Amino acid sequence: MIALLSRDLKLAFRTGGGFGLGLAFFLIVTVLIPLGVGPEREILSRIAPGVLWLGALLSCLLSLDRIFALDWEDGSLDLMATSPIPLEAIVVTKALVHWITTGLPLTLVAPLLGLLLGLADSGYAWLLLSLLIGTPALSVIGVFAGALTVGIKRGGLLLSMLVLPLYIPTLVFGAELARRGAEGLATSTPALMLAGITFGTIALLPFASALVLRVNLR
Amino acid sequence: MASLWEYANPAKFSRTADVVVPWVSVLAGIALVGGLVWGFFFTPDDYRQGATVKIIYLHVPAALLAINAWLMMLVTSLVWLIRRHHVSALAAKAAAPVGMTMTLIALITGAIWGQPMWGTWWAWDPRLTSFLILFMFYLGYIALWEAIDDPDTAADLTSVLCLVGSVFALLSRYAVNFWNQGLHQGASLSLDKEKNVADVFYLPLLVCIAGFTLLFISLVLLRTRTEIRIRRCRALEARERMG
Amino acid sequence: MIDLGKYAEVVLSAYGASFVMLAVLVLASVRKSRKALKNLQKAEERRNG
Repeated sequence: MIALLSRDLKLAFRTGGGFGLGLAFFLIVTVLIPLGVGPEREILSRIAPGVLWLGALLSCLLSLDRIFALDWEDGSLDLMATSPIPLEAIVVTKALVHWITTGLPLTLVAPLLGLLLGLADSGYAWLLLSLLIGTPALSVIGVFAGALTVGIKRGGLLLSMLVLPLYIPTLVFGAELARRGAEGLATSTPALMLAGITFGTIALLPFASALVLRVNLR
Repeated sequence: MASLWEYANPAKFSRTADVVVPWVSVLAGIALVGGLVWGFFFTPDDYRQGATVKIIYLHVPAALLAINAWLMMLVTSLVWLIRRHHVSALAAKAAAPVGMTMTLIALITGAIWGQPMWGTWWAWDPRLTSFLILFMFYLGYIALWEAIDDPDTAADLTSVLCLVGSVFALLSRYAVNFWNQGLHQGASLSLDKEKNVADVFYLPLLVCIAGFTLLFISLVLLRTRTEIRIRRCRALEARERMG
Repeated sequence: MIDLGKYAEVVLSAYGASFVMLAVLVLASVRKSRKALKNLQKAEERRNG
């Protein structure tokens, strides 16, 4: 499993597509927001937590179809399915790689982008925390959707269509957490819900993802 | 319960549907027309909402069926995954567009009803928002069926999507309820009038709910039979190509 | 027609939209059913004939 982890990580960094592309997209989207919404600082700082969450979420979306695509095409996915390591563990590893190369960098960069949008001083820590807790769920859910569409030619659009409704609970609680933190309100409820969703998906969704992969590999 | 599984046999299901669909359709028509005419012409206006309360006879049944259709799909998906009855998988596929249409009716009547009450064509009321999300789940489910060639693979994948989607749809409901409480909208009028509905509205509403339910049943039976026919036709054509 | 008051437009458009959607659903379902039956009958004729 560690071997798979390091192999995939090396691949991701070498091709550079997932890693740099996600960050660049995040930056571009953040810059486009004031251009679309107007430069008024009051409005920007109020929508900043939600908008940054959206930007991170959409940036995560970009690299999802790549998770299984290469392995599917060159047959390594078949090999992985027959290896002694359970497919569930492989799925978790894939999600972890995706998070390390996409979710985590986005999380770390988000506070910097918060500067651009005039995020309130109290908001930075909460933004970071909410993304830290929430982005792993985005990766795990993304892997599930990727597994569903792995056999479909040009399945990227369908993947987005399937995954975005699944992202809604994480988005709502994550953005609420960030927003309430920025406004100085009570944050325990959204924090607990967000953490609950993340842990729940990590614990349960890999089984569904492995099942789906087995179906597609038949 | 043993007799229910007889209908897992596609041929038996089709023959039964041939007999049952016309009757259920007629009953549905009677209940729908009866209930809607009763509600539309023979009930008073609400003192607060005026004649718009009449939209309840469409909005509430559609909303109920939008949810129940998905629940039916959930059950039949599970039956497919566990017992591999093709009729079950095809029933789920058949029910999806019906459920989606019901969701759309609930959304549009809800929005139209809300317009004079809230002064806006769309409000992010938790209930309406939940239905919008449900609509998106229906879309995704149908899209996945369409995107996959092999019928058994499609049945498996869409079943898992239905299961996982159900969990997330439920989570979304809670999330959206939580999400809306913070808005400073004052008292947002709830369209949920079931608890507060007086008898004079309640009885025609029940008839309409019965009518919509019967319509749902007859449409799902009809559409499942269609899917069975398509499947058999494809099997015959495949044999032709090989033979 | 009964007096719907100032909300006539609202109520009628809600009913109208719903009828249209239901009609489309029912007609599409019936048409698909007939077409499937026809194709199946043709395929079975080819097999038996």
